[in-house]
Amino acid sequence: MEHFAALIALTLAAGTPLVFASLGELVTEKSGVLNLGVEGMMLVGAVVSFIVAAMTKAPWLGVFAGMVAGATLSLVFAVLTLTLMANQVATGLALSLFGVGLSAFVGLEYVSVVIEGIRPLAIAGWSDLPFFGKLLFAHSPFVYLSLVLFALIEWFLFHTRGGLVLRAVGESPESAHAIGYPVIAIRYLAVLFGGACAGLGGAYLAVAYTPLWTEGMTAGRGWIALALVVFATWKPRRVLAGAYLFGAVTLAQFQAQALGVAVPSQLLSMLPYLATIIVLTIISRDAAMIRLNAPASLGRPFHPEA
Amino acid sequence: MSWASPLLAAAATLLVGFVLFSLLGKSPLEAFHAFFVKPVESLYGVAELLLKASPLMLCATGLAAGYRANVWNIGAEGQLTIGAMCGGGIALALQDFGGAWLLPLMILAGALGGMAWAAIPAWLRTRFNASEILVSLMLVYVASLVLSYLVHGPWRDPEGFNFPQSKMFTDVALLPNLLGETRLNVGLLLALAVIAVGWLFMRRSLVGFQMRVAGLAPAAANYAGISAKRTVWLGMLIGGATAGMAGVGEAAGPIGQLLPSMSPGYGFAAIIVAFVGRLHPLGVLLASLLMSLLYLGGEAAQINLSLPSAVTGLFQGTLLFFLLATDVFIDFRLRFQRRPSRSLSTGRPVTAGEST
Repeated sequence: MEHFAALIALTLAAGTPLVFASLGELVTEKSGVLNLGVEGMMLVGAVVSFIVAAMTKAPWLGVFAGMVAGATLSLVFAVLTLTLMANQVATGLALSLFGVGLSAFVGLEYVSVVIEGIRPLAIAGWSDLPFFGKLLFAHSPFVYLSLVLFALIEWFLFHTRGGLVLRAVGESPESAHAIGYPVIAIRYLAVLFGGACAGLGGAYLAVAYTPLWTEGMTAGRGWIALALVVFATWKPRRVLAGAYLFGAVTLAQFQAQALGVAVPSQLLSMLPYLATIIVLTIISRDAAMIRLNAPASLGRPFHPEA
Repeated sequence: MSWASPLLAAAATLLVGFVLFSLLGKSPLEAFHAFFVKPVESLYGVAELLLKASPLMLCATGLAAGYRANVWNIGAEGQLTIGAMCGGGIALALQDFGGAWLLPLMILAGALGGMAWAAIPAWLRTRFNASEILVSLMLVYVASLVLSYLVHGPWRDPEGFNFPQSKMFTDVALLPNLLGETRLNVGLLLALAVIAVGWLFMRRSLVGFQMRVAGLAPAAANYAGISAKRTVWLGMLIGGATAGMAGVGEAAGPIGQLLPSMSPGYGFAAIIVAFVGRLHPLGVLLASLLMSLLYLGGEAAQINLSLPSAVTGLFQGTLLFFLLATDVFIDFRLRFQRRPSRSLSTGRPVTAGEST
C-alpha cells in the first residue's frame, strides 16, 4: 500500500507541469486565441526561474520571475496577433522557436549549477500518517497550487460573469463586441494568463521537479500540453485527468527501467509522445464533438474596426 | 511589396544584434565583422555557407509547398532524421557491394523514408482529423529516439570505442566533392534542382495551382472539386521527401556516418526559411543563405568572441518575429485615430474579418 501511495505521488508530480501549461492554454483558447508558443514560454519560464533562484537563493522569487517571463513572452505574441493581426499559427511557431533559442542562450552558464530546490512538503504529524500521509499530505507545494489553480479556473469559467464574457469572446467576438465588451483587451488578458501559467509550469520543472537547468529540458511538454487541451475538449476537469494520465505514462518508463524490463530505454522514452499521438487521434476522430466543444472563433483574427 | 518585409526584418534583426552585442560588452562593429563577414571571407567559408544552406533549401522548399496549401508540417526535423536513417541504412547494409548506383539509391531511400514519416500525420489528419501540427512535431522526438536506439544498439560501430555512432560510410556512399579542398559536395546541386522543380511545380503545374487555391481559399477549392484530403497528402509528402533527402545529404555529406543527432535543427530553421522566403522558391534560396550565415556566424562568435553559439537560435527567432510584424505594415494600411466613444459605436453594423 505504501508503494501504491508513492506511485500516486510520483504520478501527480510528473503530471503537474502539464496541468499548469494546459490550464493556461485552455483559458487562452477559450478566448478564441490559439497560442502554439507554449513550449517556448515554458522553457523561458524554466530558465528565468532557475537563474533567479540561483542568484537570490530564493526559489519562490524565481518561480515568480518565471511566471513574469512567460507572460512577457506571451505579450509579444499578443501584440503580434491581436494588435498587428499576424497569423496565429505562424506567430506561435515563432514564439516556440524563439523561446528555445533564447532559453539556451540565457541559460548557458547555468547548465551545471546546483540549487536548493523547492522540496515536497512535510507537514508535521500529517505526512507521517500511514498511507494517507504520502497520498495526501506530502506532495510538492506546486501540486497543491495546481489543484487550487484548477478549482479557480473551473469556478471562474463556468460560475462567474467574467468567465461568461471570456467564453462569449471566444465563441463570437462579433457579438461580444456588439454588446460593448472590449474583445481585444479580454484576449490580451487571456493570452497573458496563459503565458504566466506556462512560465509557472516551466518554473516547477526547473526549481522543484528536477531541480536543474538543461537546454530544452521541457522535452516537448509544451506541445503535449497543447494536445491535452484538445484531448480535454476544452474542459478543465478533463485537462486534469489527461495531465495525470501523461504523468503516469512518463512514470511508466522509469518504473519499467527500475524493474529491469528488457526493452530499449529509447522505446520507453517514446511512450509519452506516442501516447499523445494516439490520444489526439482518438479524440479528434469525432469531428462533430470537436466542433461542438472548440471555441467557435479559435485561431480566427478579429479586429473591431474592420 | 511582399519582398520588402524580409529585408526590413533582416535589418531589424541586425539592429537587435547591435544592441545585444553592445550589452554583452563587445564592440558591435567588431562583432558584426566577426559574425557576418569573417566566416565568408575565404573560399572555404563560402563553401561552408553553401554546404549549410543546402539542407535548409531542401527542407524549406518542401515545407513552403505545404504551407502554401495551409498544411502545417512542422516535423521536418524528424523527417530529416528518418531520411538520414534510411539512406544511411542502405549505405551500411550494402557497404561491400558499392557502385555508382548506391548514392541515387540512398537518396531515393531517404526521400521515401521522409515521406513515410510524413505520411503518418497526413493519414491521421485525413482519416481521423488529428492536428498535423502536433502529430508531426511529436514524431520529431520519436524519430530522434529511433535513430538513437539504432546507433546505440544494432548499428553501432563495433570498433567505435563504444561511442554511439555507426561505421563510417565507404567512399562510394559519400557525395562527391564539388570544390577542391572544401567540404562542399554535390548536395548543393541536388538542392538547387529541387528548388527549380519546386518552382515549376507550384507555378506551372495544375496540381501546384490546386494546392495554392486550397491554401488561399479553401471554400473555393472545395467548390471547384479540389480534394482537401489530396491537398493534405501532397503537402505532407512533398515536405517529407525533401526533408528526407536533406537527411541523406547530411549523412552522406559532411557527417559521413550516422550519429544520434544528424542536424543542428535544420528542420526547424527551415520553417523560418520558408516564411522569410515568402514561401517562394527563389526567396527560399536567398533566405537559406541568410540562415546559413547565421549558423556560421554563431560558430564564429563562439570561437572569436567567446559568445555562446546558441545566439544563432536567438537571431533566427528574432528574424521570424520581425518578419511577422513588418508584414502588417505591408498587408494593411495603418490609420491612427482616436477611439470612437462607446455611445457612438453602438448600433453601428459590425463586420469582422481581415481587411487586406
